[in-house]
Amino acid sequence: MKKIQNIGLSLFLIGLAIFTSLIFLGKYEITTDLLENIVTNKGIKSDLFISDIKNNVVGKEFTNPFSFSSKITSALETANATHKQNNEWDKVIWDKPHSFSYEIAKSAGSGIIKEHKGAFWWLTFGLGILGALLFIIPNVITLGPPGIKNNGIWFNKATNRGWIGWFVFVFLVGFYLLLYFRPDYIVNWTYIVDPISESISGNTASQWFVYGFLYCIVMTVMAVRMYIKYRHNKYQVLRTTSVLFFQIVFAFLIPEILVRFEKPWYDFKNAFPLDYDFFYSWNLDQLITSGGLGLFILIWGIILTLVIVPIMVYFFGKRWYCSWVCGCGGLAETLGDPYRQLSDKSVKAWKLERWLVHTVLMFALVMTGFTLYAYFSGVQDVLGLKTQTIQDIYGLLIGSIFAGVIGTGFYPIFGNRVWCRFGCPLAAYMGIIQRFKSRFRITTNGGQCISCGNCSTYCEQGIDVRAYAQKGENIIRASCVGCGICSAVCPRGVLKLENGPEKGRINPTDILLGNNVDLMDLVNQK
Amino acid sequence: MEHIVIIGNGISGVTAARHIRKLSNKKITIVSAEADYFFSRTALMYVFMGHMKFEHTQPYENWFWEKNRINLKKAYVRNIDVTSKTLNFEEGDSLRYDKLIIATGSKPNKFGWPGQDLNGVMGMYHKQDLENLEKYAPNNKVCKRAVIVGGGLIGIELAEMLHSRHIPVTFLVRESSFWNMVLPEGESAMINREIRDNGIDLRLGVNLKEIISDENGKVRGIEIAETGEIIDCDVVGLTAGVSPNIDFIRDSDIETGRGVKVNRFLETNIKDVFAIGDCAEQHEAIDERRPVEAVWYTGRMMGETVAQTICDNRIEYSPGHWFNSAKFLDIEYQTYGWVWAQTKENEARFYWEHESGKKCIHLNYNKTTREFNGINTFGIRMRHEFFDKILTNKKSVEYVLEHLADANFDPEFYKLHENDIVNKFNQENNTNIQLKKRSWKRIFQTS
Repeated sequence: MKKIQNIGLSLFLIGLAIFTSLIFLGKYEITTDLLENIVTNKGIKSDLFISDIKNNVVGKEFTNPFSFSSKITSALETANATHKQNNEWDKVIWDKPHSFSYEIAKSAGSGIIKEHKGAFWWLTFGLGILGALLFIIPNVITLGPPGIKNNGIWFNKATNRGWIGWFVFVFLVGFYLLLYFRPDYIVNWTYIVDPISESISGNTASQWFVYGFLYCIVMTVMAVRMYIKYRHNKYQVLRTTSVLFFQIVFAFLIPEILVRFEKPWYDFKNAFPLDYDFFYSWNLDQLITSGGLGLFILIWGIILTLVIVPIMVYFFGKRWYCSWVCGCGGLAETLGDPYRQLSDKSVKAWKLERWLVHTVLMFALVMTGFTLYAYFSGVQDVLGLKTQTIQDIYGLLIGSIFAGVIGTGFYPIFGNRVWCRFGCPLAAYMGIIQRFKSRFRITTNGGQCISCGNCSTYCEQGIDVRAYAQKGENIIRASCVGCGICSAVCPRGVLKLENGPEKGRINPTDILLGNNVDLMDLVNQK
Repeated sequence: MEHIVIIGNGISGVTAARHIRKLSNKKITIVSAEADYFFSRTALMYVFMGHMKFEHTQPYENWFWEKNRINLKKAYVRNIDVTSKTLNFEEGDSLRYDKLIIATGSKPNKFGWPGQDLNGVMGMYHKQDLENLEKYAPNNKVCKRAVIVGGGLIGIELAEMLHSRHIPVTFLVRESSFWNMVLPEGESAMINREIRDNGIDLRLGVNLKEIISDENGKVRGIEIAETGEIIDCDVVGLTAGVSPNIDFIRDSDIETGRGVKVNRFLETNIKDVFAIGDCAEQHEAIDERRPVEAVWYTGRMMGETVAQTICDNRIEYSPGHWFNSAKFLDIEYQTYGWVWAQTKENEARFYWEHESGKKCIHLNYNKTTREFNGINTFGIRMRHEFFDKILTNKKSVEYVLEHLADANFDPEFYKLHENDIVNKFNQENNTNIQLKKRSWKRIFQTS
């Protein structure tokens, strides 16, 4: 078994190495025809840029994306600088330099990878999936009989913030930085999933398609790990199946299929304010002009946030979304499960969490307020602030850096729910409802708690579950996503997630069940 | 300001300190030689197994003690001078108290086996035992086999710990079946199977004759008394129960028996000296409980109670209905009320076991009055509050079975066995009990 796992690990690492090395490979060449194409398609009016490209790029072969990208982006920036100085505003190319460079690279690329998309898919995704499964599936035997088997988690360099954890951290952060800020470097990744993208949406793949596809693959493979690890626990099995279903069908397939039918790309389960650009003017315009479906999406999006989300949180707690539906939650509960014990349980972290997550919520709401005001009144500035600037800041700080780079990149360091706990505005919104108006609670089973601390250790949201359990108090915390792991790891059967009447849900108690003298009564009598 | 000194920073002492602080402004000092900060002893096994780090076993962050003005003193008490109200420490210094709480817990039993003090022989109770185990049994190369002597709750935990590091374990149990002075036959047999299914070499009905030393004073093997068989091993775990850790008190005027003798108010024979937790011994056992109870929650309850008495609200320790829980490898166990190993004269029993052989429940009730006496449940979680109410209100076994769905505490979506259980009972007893649907109203008493 150990041998199979080692073979699996080797295959996985080879696949990962090839995948990574693709960044450094490829041939990029702009022909005169291609340049003409680009100029017409993009409506480029900058003669400076065109001549720069003609002289320095056309006809030359670049053997890696970096030098190619640097030529294009510098040509664009130099041209723009001159045009801006001369007030030639119509000639300025307003695209983001690296997105612009990505579009050119996508069509300018050639070479072995583009010619053998299938083969490279197998060498990267194929080997990765196969290797990971060979590594994971023997767990059925190596972990021993079904049950909680967290043996050695704190001895493992991958899961105790050891060097493997730091290595994964660097890799993930690097991945997200490339994805968000240097798409032109990862053109080769888009080639290898082109055939899949074409078969679903009819278009070639963008970097976002790569991300979406990779997301589904990673979740599926790591869901297999969850199924094995928690095969004795039906709550975990069903929950994993649910997040996997919503990711693959709702977040990946349906939006791509919508595109095939020339409808707006839309993820029906992604609720505002997590879906922060839902009320952006371009989105509203697109929806309004997309006929019946567009209008339906518009209404659905509003009802989802204002009606469905609160009602569901009232009946089931925010877990219905965070641990059963959400894509971010889905990744956290599959890829992130090995890292859940790394969350910070200190009171300090709890304070930081409350400040941060509610600040992000306020930020999202204010930004949306400004956006809608600008949209309906037709002005660009609200209170002297450009709505575009606010949107850009939110998109960069919250949408890209917080949710992506920190949210996932920091899994191996701060645990798997950094974004969900500290940043997600939707989680903050649902948290307020869960705390004050919900039937959900984690019931503490009388006096059975032995304060061992497994629950707190494995709480991905950093809730000190034990602090409540050892007092016989139910856990009613805004941040609880209801993953159910505290209940699963409890050796004494103390915790149960349940939805019951609101009355008696919050049970502050100083004295635990079992002690016949009701000391609180005595205290109160005095 | 009155100075309350507590010896021992386990669950009993710390609970007492916390509640005294809630109720008063008294000066509080906790003395311990074992660890700087309170940790949960029950979680030591998870540190060895790599489920947790030691810091995770500490229920309170380190700033907690200063913020709540609870002084911590790391020292070993040599003796107590009750006339001058002074503690004398091994380190040479001393400390005066106005009221003293002895909460020193237990220590592992040693029965004078030859070789019981060799290197590589240890109990599994103190933080130091864990460090010792880490030294002698870090992996299966250094420790090729371990032998555990004594089949109780700590014994099986130690077996699980070693098993988690793939160290072969031989488990010597004096009884003819695991823990069968507490567990009835069915449950005990189930745990025997669970132990063996995990590849642990369980030896029933055997005693340790001696622990054999190598030339360096380290354990080399053991000999079994009954068969004379020698088992080579690198570590011996002695887990034949615990007894009160009170040797330093024996010479004082404080009355001791097995433990420190206390009345229902947890007062010793000496004024202003109290004893709580594992080290306290009731003059007369409470209800069916034992005079010395080495149980987590009784320590906690005694701490809650003594805090009241010390803060001028003198009340009796009154532990209520018996309950307990444990985990045997992958099988969780809970018990509410009493299910004795042997059926008593006026008792009737009902036993149901799942076909997997990993779940069962065992009911004990009065043969004539049908009053429910207690339940053992293995592999199915049950609600403490439900059974506490049942026992207080002296409900019948029929009532319990009818409302069994209310009692279930397993996670959502788990397979329910209540129908099976009730059907079996009906068949065996010619009754016609109808299982009621689970009712949140009843469970949470909202009506």
